[in-house]
Amino acid sequence: MAETDTHAAPVAGPAQRRGRNLSLRRLAPVLAGGILLLIVAAALLAGALAPHDPLQMMPSQRLKPPSEAYPLGTDAFGRDLLSRILYGARISLMVGVGVTVITVAVGLPLGLLAGFFRTLDSVLMRIMDGMMAIPSLLLAVAIVSLSGASIWTVLMAITIPEVPRIVRLVRSIVLSAREEPYVEAAISLGSSLPRILRRHLMPNTLAPLIVQGTYVCASAILTEAILSFLGAGISTETPSWGNIMAEGRMYFQIRPSLIFWPGLLLSVCILSINLLGDSLRDILDPRLKQRGAER
Amino acid sequence: MSAPILSVRDLVVGIGPDAASPIVLDGVSLDIAAGETLCLVGESGSGKSVTSLAVMGLLPRGALVARSGRVLLEGEDLLAADRRRLRALRASRMAMIFQEPMTALNPVMPVGRQIDEVLRAHTSLTPAERRRRVLSMLEQVHLPDVARVFASYPHQLSGGQRQRIMIAMALILEPKLLIADEPTTALDVTTQKEILRLVHELQEKQGTSVLFITHDMGVVAEIADRVCVMHQGTVVETDTVDAILRAPRKDYTRRLLSAVPSLTPRAPRPVASAEIVLETVELGKVYARRRFLRRAEETVAAEAVSFALRRGRTLGIVGESGSGKSTVARCVMRLVDPTAGAIRVKGRDISSLSRSALQPHRKRIQMVFQDPYRSLNPRVTVGESIAEGPTNYGVPRDAAFARARSLLEIVGLPPDAITRYPHQFSGGQRQRIAIARALAMEPDVLVADEAVSALDVSVQAQVLALLDDIQERLGVSLLFITHDLRVAAQICDDIAVMQKGRIVEYGAASEVLTAPRQAYTRQLLDAAPGRDWDFARFMPREPAAPAAAPVADVAKPSGGH
Repeated sequence: MAETDTHAAPVAGPAQRRGRNLSLRRLAPVLAGGILLLIVAAALLAGALAPHDPLQMMPSQRLKPPSEAYPLGTDAFGRDLLSRILYGARISLMVGVGVTVITVAVGLPLGLLAGFFRTLDSVLMRIMDGMMAIPSLLLAVAIVSLSGASIWTVLMAITIPEVPRIVRLVRSIVLSAREEPYVEAAISLGSSLPRILRRHLMPNTLAPLIVQGTYVCASAILTEAILSFLGAGISTETPSWGNIMAEGRMYFQIRPSLIFWPGLLLSVCILSINLLGDSLRDILDPRLKQRGAER
Repeated sequence: MSAPILSVRDLVVGIGPDAASPIVLDGVSLDIAAGETLCLVGESGSGKSVTSLAVMGLLPRGALVARSGRVLLEGEDLLAADRRRLRALRASRMAMIFQEPMTALNPVMPVGRQIDEVLRAHTSLTPAERRRRVLSMLEQVHLPDVARVFASYPHQLSGGQRQRIMIAMALILEPKLLIADEPTTALDVTTQKEILRLVHELQEKQGTSVLFITHDMGVVAEIADRVCVMHQGTVVETDTVDAILRAPRKDYTRRLLSAVPSLTPRAPRPVASAEIVLETVELGKVYARRRFLRRAEETVAAEAVSFALRRGRTLGIVGESGSGKSTVARCVMRLVDPTAGAIRVKGRDISSLSRSALQPHRKRIQMVFQDPYRSLNPRVTVGESIAEGPTNYGVPRDAAFARARSLLEIVGLPPDAITRYPHQFSGGQRQRIAIARALAMEPDVLVADEAVSALDVSVQAQVLALLDDIQERLGVSLLFITHDLRVAAQICDDIAVMQKGRIVEYGAASEVLTAPRQAYTRQLLDAAPGRDWDFARFMPREPAAPAAAPVADVAKPSGGH
């Protein structure tokens, strides 16, 4: 943040009038980042933080209200809700990060090539159009019911519909960037194709890709929760936010906290990721950066 | 002289309202009398556009603020006027035309309705009267078939026609003051000539005062009554056009005028080598737009282009936009694939080589692009940019960087530039970097596509001198593509004039520019603004230069006609 501060400072006129706006703009990513850090830390330290084993059933302690031993109460099988939520964060984050990494790893090279080669473009983009036409939830349900519920099938099911979005984004940037004289200069200098793609075209895509990545991450976490809630996700005994909510649904009238807490955490987590994405977009906006760079 | 129509007094404009922040205009004063044309000249960043925007009340809100001074339009202070008053004054008392008529017009509205809007906002005429008035205005700006033009969208008109629409829109209410901000810079010379004539004609008819902003001394010589020279936000000197051009009092004005290249070609150079390094034979490029189930639509961008370039010589390709000169350059670079003919580099035809077969020949020809802001990758250091080419051909990194350092010295940049990024340099410096990058390949031919067109005249002169110096030292041949006959006159040995994809005249520069054989070349020369002035010598140009006598020394380029 310090860097953007020093850049923003000399932009006197408009910046001053938008002073309040600007401080809010600075606060949002810090807040969102802080919350996300907390969630990540909680997920990583779940083993140490959780008061109980998330899988251990205590039939005598079913649907207990919050107490000292069970800070958020217990579920229908007498499992500690807090412990399950903490371990559930692991699954959610794993799905979010996993899907993002795989989509970018697949989508970035495909997008670069599609943007650069006309013929490949027309073939590849039709395939991508086809993939985009598949409703993601339906595909996920189909894949999971075909090959069984595991974290890998869930990852695949969520990744496949996201890939075309990344390919389209990267391709559109490459399409305009390849017309830049510096790319033509690189061709004239005899630079090899991988080098042109890596050095002159790819850097243009990174900023929008990071921003898009955060949205992919958020939507993956949400989709995983939906899949679990529908019973098409990760096997039911594994704690994930969606699973916890799915099981809690039946006891909603007795113990609403079973849905409230994982739901709240899910919302806060996704809101934070989206806010972070928005702020990153503002920070990485080439026009804003340009203004800083001119100083 | 009667009371001036516009009077600007001690105008100070700064960045933002904060008194401590930098100032863009520092005490600008100027007067324009009724019916007079005042040319505001200066290089980029001199504050000429800011001055005009301040007059129109169009300074970007919050970013630029008039801090003190007065802008009086017929005695009324515009800086004190509120927004509603300014809106009423615009169009009715003062109007403005801009450089790029495409972006100044609304692309999704017929141009007739756009002009009509001015009448609707400022008059209480009936629709029928308004239409009659718009049509008559379109006739006054000499547009053909006015009823059709009235219903046309901007993209259906040419650049010159769009600028005529802008002029019609600006002058329909017969304002007292017309501000023209580089209105002809984006146009071809022949179109520019017509637009300048049109502005002058309407000015006579309506008695309008014109504040004409330009960087082009040629245009100044054509249209100005008085000239106001600006530099870094201040007025350097204001005088009649004759006084400024013949006897400038200030050093800056002298420097500015001296930098304007002369239309008189430079003395022919002796031919040092007969070796032909680059030759095209009947080169052609046809763009075909494939249509489903229909015959392909073909556009001929270049046809039967033949020329030969000898070692150490400069061949200029001149022509207006759309003449195919850039297509030829890009074909020669193999950035586009030609559809006919041959390109011989040192005798070897490269026109149909595959990507990999082309690789060893790429380094023989290098290119310097028009826009130095886009031809360098902003994320790559200057050193990396220059070293990229040599490393592609197996030069070790250290050696490539050592070469980059010595090249930076040759192009006149400090050695520490090597670790810096392009945005830390000015346009002229960036163009030097681009030249260094091209030279790093030790090419036989340097293709310069409008390489100095985006630069201010003083910088332009320096870059031209640099190219000349490099040619002298390294013996590289130059293929110089330009629309500017003055630049061509100063750097080219031979000139090929292109029109509609074909070379219409090809010969020694001294012949083509002083005794053109083709009507089109004559037309181009005639349209060159300020063709009768030799700005650097502060006097009118000698008609039909007899100095260019030793024409016989110049070897006729082969393949010409």
